[in-house]
Amino acid sequence: MNNIIIYIALFFLMLTLLAGIYRFIKGPSLVDRVVAFDSMTITSLVVIGVIALLSNRAIYFDVAVVYGLLSFLGVIIVAKYIQGGL
Amino acid sequence: MSYIKLLGEIFLLMGSFSLFIAALGLIRMPDVYNRVQTGTKASTLGAIMSFIGIGLVAVDHWDETNWVGRVIVLIVFILLTNPVSSHVLMRAAYAMKIPLSKVTSVDKLKEDIEHKVLEEPIDE
Repeated sequence: MNNIIIYIALFFLMLTLLAGIYRFIKGPSLVDRVVAFDSMTITSLVVIGVIALLSNRAIYFDVAVVYGLLSFLGVIIVAKYIQGGL
Repeated sequence: MSYIKLLGEIFLLMGSFSLFIAALGLIRMPDVYNRVQTGTKASTLGAIMSFIGIGLVAVDHWDETNWVGRVIVLIVFILLTNPVSSHVLMRAAYAMKIPLSKVTSVDKLKEDIEHKVLEEPIDE
């Protein structure tokens, strides 16, 4: 086993995604669900980075950049919709 | 070169553990505002430490493609966008009139609205 520490880090990242899914299902208000979605997005950015590291391809980082940009736009638009300006 | 890889792996492990602590706070906190605060601040720290770790592990194959430049672009991007989204979400939650938790005793925004320092955060 060459890189076992990276797999332990992936285990913690999967636990983080499970906690985000729990809050996404159970959350009482709309803002809870948006926050859980934002946290899951940040975690999946790190997961994409680790997968790019394990499979030795640098092109996946561009996917991470575009995904983060789209998630930021989504959160801003949902907050504007909640506030009543859209 | 192997010591740099070990240092990067330790950074990655600490970053992912910080992300896990952020998600644990997302479960256990009693209020919407506490959840937004703990779910965004610790996530920012964990993501930045994880990307520093990935850049340190990938410093071996610097020559083939530019790994470290992309990692720096991602770190700057997360550092710019994550507090902005947290602030906008908190303001929207206050405009929705979600009640504070019972433990909260100080509400500075309400005092500022009563004393006409700030305007009402609702647009309508």
